[in-house]
Amino acid sequence: MFRLRLVPDNTNIQFMRGRHAGLIVSAFLSIASVVLFFYPGLNYGIDFRGGIVIEARTPQAADFASLRHTLNQLNMGQVQLQEFGSPQDVLIRLERQPGDDAAQQVAADKVRATLAQDIPGTTVRRVEAVGASVSGELFFNGMLALGLALLAMLVYIWFRFEWQFGFGAIVTLLLDVTKVVGFYAITGMQFNLTAIAAILTIMGYSTNDKVVVYDRMRENLRIYKKMPLRELIDRSINETLNRTLGTSMSTLLSILPLAFFGGEALQDFGIVLIFGIFLATSSSIFIAAPILLFLGENRLRRNAPAESAAPAANPTP
Amino acid sequence: MLYFPRWKIFLIVAICVLGTILTLPNFFSRETLSALPSWYAHNRVNLGLDLRGGSHLLLEVDMGAVIRDRVEGLVDSARTQLRNDNVGYTAINPGDRGITVQLRDPAQADTAVRALRQLANTIGGGPLGGGQPDLEVTSGGGSVTARLSEVALRERATQAIEQSIEIVRRRIDETGVNEPTIARQGADRILVQLPGVEDPDRVKRLLGTTAKMTFRLVDMNADPTAGRAPPGTDILPSAEGGRAQTAYVIRKKVEVDGANLTNATAGSNPQTGEWVVNFEFDSIGARRFADVTRANVGRPFAIVLDNKVISAPVIREPITGGRGQISGNFTAADANDLAVLLRAGALPAPLKVIEERTVGPDLGADSIRAGLMSVGIGFVLVCAYMIAAYGLFGAFACFALLVNTILTLAALSLLQATLTLPGIAGILLSLGLAVDANILINERIREETKKGRGVFGSVEAGFSRAYSTIVDANLTTAIKMAILFVLGTGAIKGFAVTITFGILISLFTATVLVRLIMVSWLRKTRPAALPV
Repeated sequence: MFRLRLVPDNTNIQFMRGRHAGLIVSAFLSIASVVLFFYPGLNYGIDFRGGIVIEARTPQAADFASLRHTLNQLNMGQVQLQEFGSPQDVLIRLERQPGDDAAQQVAADKVRATLAQDIPGTTVRRVEAVGASVSGELFFNGMLALGLALLAMLVYIWFRFEWQFGFGAIVTLLLDVTKVVGFYAITGMQFNLTAIAAILTIMGYSTNDKVVVYDRMRENLRIYKKMPLRELIDRSINETLNRTLGTSMSTLLSILPLAFFGGEALQDFGIVLIFGIFLATSSSIFIAAPILLFLGENRLRRNAPAESAAPAANPTP
Repeated sequence: MLYFPRWKIFLIVAICVLGTILTLPNFFSRETLSALPSWYAHNRVNLGLDLRGGSHLLLEVDMGAVIRDRVEGLVDSARTQLRNDNVGYTAINPGDRGITVQLRDPAQADTAVRALRQLANTIGGGPLGGGQPDLEVTSGGGSVTARLSEVALRERATQAIEQSIEIVRRRIDETGVNEPTIARQGADRILVQLPGVEDPDRVKRLLGTTAKMTFRLVDMNADPTAGRAPPGTDILPSAEGGRAQTAYVIRKKVEVDGANLTNATAGSNPQTGEWVVNFEFDSIGARRFADVTRANVGRPFAIVLDNKVISAPVIREPITGGRGQISGNFTAADANDLAVLLRAGALPAPLKVIEERTVGPDLGADSIRAGLMSVGIGFVLVCAYMIAAYGLFGAFACFALLVNTILTLAALSLLQATLTLPGIAGILLSLGLAVDANILINERIREETKKGRGVFGSVEAGFSRAYSTIVDANLTTAIKMAILFVLGTGAIKGFAVTITFGILISLFTATVLVRLIMVSWLRKTRPAALPV
């Protein structure tokens, strides 16, 4: 009977041989991401920076040159025009207008009026106008969400596993998150509320992956009391490799349609998640496991009985 | 472990069937729905504004204006009170939160303090009294200061926002928007959600008007084009639109307040055919209106709305019936909107729109189409992979996935949760994550089979060993989504909701339901080897 196997059974790759390379590459990428975060920085969307986005559909293909000319005459700072899906759809982005929150409204109304006058028959499909105080709060809440999520993961894993596992998972998550931020910086994709949701989703997915691999390591720690930790970690990764890749595959397949058919609004989200799936899968193997190896080399093995630390973790069949 | 008591089987099947029944109204046409009992027909997923089109407005009450109002009132009443008590002063200076009175004779400080204390309103306290004055009066260095206390400021803010919400609700109800949401957010904000409103401009105009109407006399001796208004008057612009003078000098004294209106309707003047607004006063308003018009025949009487003169007709005869008419070069829509504003009452302070998110209905429909297509394709792809990787057991997982999606929709319908565009992405993502449990189980079963365990033993061990891993793996995601739900806004909340439901329900479908299917299959076919 044909069965699709992503890796052959009885695979035995010695992943821990590449532990230094994995950690170094990961650290380098994460540091580069942090640098990119500060310079050139992220392309913050209006959720976090304030400003105006108007999506309009013109009756014929839009004439960008004349549209740009007209809108520039409104004197509202830099006006970004972008084709959005079809040649008839125009996305107009305006910087946050000077003045208070209400100034955004005035500007948005001006653009609407100008569009109606300049290109009769234009329908405004979407308007978003966010003032400075609101965008500040949204940003704060977004960052708070990320921080709390990290904390919650730390606490959860700490409770369910030994501290080495918790530490390994959190460090890996931090490395993952910084890389996703770096991804936003490199691609110039809008960093907005959806981006926060994407990062949290990747964090969730990544933790999910780590938990499964760690779970197997803990189980094997109990079964093979004499096996060196390095060998044991390799064994655990290999045993769960089909599952790790299988889940990545199924999630990837479910996300792919978003990137292709989700419409402009969900496309970015889909693309980031695809990146995240690759990231989370590789970090389970090349980051989370080596950290555990370094931390646990003496501690986890010598006084091995892990049962006392986590009695309920694995019900005996 | 592999034995399912009859009641358990019944329960599992019942949940699945019930979920399907609860989900069905989402797919019925409008005609079918109208034939069904309403409690069932209403059991549908609530579409977010980004999917059905509509407007999300976040309004902020201008608290500065609320306090300025009170401080200005304080200046006026302090002047009267101090004069009555024979306290001499050189100046009354309004400040941020109160007033400072410079005394002519510092020895009168105590009298002045007593006088100003009388201006305080009592706040808090119940029907039996109690409560405390809203002013803190202190003296020193030849001046007396009356400041609004912290408690008073908070009380004012609460009052202002509650009153604003009430007025916003009345105004929006008049526009005929279906199912609007009007809710307080934080200390000084109001969230207004208007489904299906394609052009939110009219609503924004309605909400952006304070609608404080006053009837005041025009000062005919002063020149409105002069730079400065004489004491006790304001120069106010005209809102009449070009046919009369552009500004008037209006006395500050309010003769009749718009709060005394009981009704206002738009109508047309039978003689001229132009649109007018008819209004009626309550008994106090009617009496004052009669008094003023009797005393001022032949002089213009200005109708002032939000510091603009709507019109300033000359009083031809005393108006005693408590009814009046405003004409001001209106269109039908203008007259209607003005009538709505007057009926609903004045806002205690101006409202500012600080966030707007509007989606047109056709864009919403496009989003639904794109979302449904993505979910369909994603479902097929995931199922194809599962069947390719695990054969029959993969097919079982696909069936569980289908039930999972149905139950998620049922839960969303039942709890009236809102489905947003990111929510659709959430459904899609939870498809991928939900099969994770089945992958874990199937991989375990394979391992156990390879170790040489029997058919039943492998399945049993596969489920029990994978179970804690599944719970751990999914709980972490559920925790994150809970955080996202608490801190997220609007559409993002929808994402968190669908993922959370998808994951929690997958715990049931991927483990319990699939186990039931597998066990039934095992008992029926009694295979010699497992098809994983």
